[in-house]
Amino acid sequence: MHDTRYEAPRSIEEAVIMLSSGSVDDVRVLAGGTDLLVQMTSGGRSPSLIINLKHIPELTRIRFDDSGALYLGAAANAFTIGQNERIRQQFPGLHEAVGLIGSDQIQGRASVGGNLCNASPAADTIPSLLTSKAVCHIAGPGGATRTLPVSEFILGPGRNALQAGELLVELELPAPAAHSADAYQRLIPRSEMDIAVVGVSVRVTVDNTGTCTDASVALGAVAPTPILVPEAAAALVGTRLEPADLERAAAAASAACRPLDDKRGTAEYRRRVAGVLTKRVAAEAAERARGR
Amino acid sequence: MPKLHIRTEINGEPAEFLAEPHQTLLDALRNELGLTGTKEGCGTGDCGACSVTFDGQLVCSCLVLAAEAEGARIGTVEGLASGEALHPLQQKFLEHAALQCGVCTPGFLVAAKALLDRNPDPDERTVRYALAGNLCRCTGYDKIIRAVLDAAAELRGEPA
Repeated sequence: MHDTRYEAPRSIEEAVIMLSSGSVDDVRVLAGGTDLLVQMTSGGRSPSLIINLKHIPELTRIRFDDSGALYLGAAANAFTIGQNERIRQQFPGLHEAVGLIGSDQIQGRASVGGNLCNASPAADTIPSLLTSKAVCHIAGPGGATRTLPVSEFILGPGRNALQAGELLVELELPAPAAHSADAYQRLIPRSEMDIAVVGVSVRVTVDNTGTCTDASVALGAVAPTPILVPEAAAALVGTRLEPADLERAAAAASAACRPLDDKRGTAEYRRRVAGVLTKRVAAEAAERARGR
Repeated sequence: MPKLHIRTEINGEPAEFLAEPHQTLLDALRNELGLTGTKEGCGTGDCGACSVTFDGQLVCSCLVLAAEAEGARIGTVEGLASGEALHPLQQKFLEHAALQCGVCTPGFLVAAKALLDRNPDPDERTVRYALAGNLCRCTGYDKIIRAVLDAAAELRGEPA
């Protein structure tokens, strides 16, 4: 830790050059710092270079384009996202997930981009990013850019698809269809400030008869990475989202779990809770979608 | 690596100090600037004892690098009172006996002020959620919540 350098670049180009100057473990980006500083102060990690991303305008920007797609700068903090009324309206489930990240103090720093890049199996925002079909915009050396769906970005616990010298710039969430809504809930042992035992995001789209025409279900904390469960989504599509339909989706969600047994919950408990939450969250998303 | 020369603003006053690149803002406030009102609890963002505002945003100073303070506006508990006159939150904490050992108190005060600055009339539930990032091992929280609600009423100019 003694030879750490600190840089605060003003542009993506500068940041990418700095990123390319060392290995992934040696050069660390500081978006919110809520994971990085804990890793550093608890002694686990002593990078040779820390790159503060919060002075790069694209990284902290939150914007909507003309199609209604949301672009979230990778280092935009959770508190600012939580205050954004249009995000609350258009992506209520993502808004709920962001609002569950830590305390107000943590939200003042933590970013959705960091939550994604750290790739915790229990990350609260990743299930919502998955059901919203979010796409990562990545910058690389020499002005290269590429895009990758969030579903392909997460490789394993703590592992993402960024190559040496690459930087996650922003997340694009396509405009939801008409009569579409998402919801997110998690189970934690207390009412605030804890890590999900199970997290569930559901997005449903309904037609004007109330029949579900599209659905997406994603689970957190029940597998090495957050996972999409197409079988659970398929159980909803074509139905009127009646209790029996939600029950079938719940069974599919439970069946898709590959959970750990740990101090937060046994594998069997997580499997059951994944089903219960899938029912509740699907009902919530359905109610929201019908109201649109 | 030489130390970084950081120019910042603390409680409305310009300030400068030298920081190691890996040094936290909490450490710099206490050990470079002598502002020991901000307390170190857990050092991992769980307890809120080190709460400060950073460009108006409530944060844990243990999770901020001192170097990030360059060009920023920092608010600490030392900025609450006006000279000898306590801020209404501080006065109400005394009146309600909302502290015992006092280590968590600066963090609670800074977090409560951040809440009341954006929401002058919070209900009890809102106050409890807004202060969920601050841990207290003495009071059982209830007196703190009463003190914040009472201070909010006073700041709104309502009769006691």
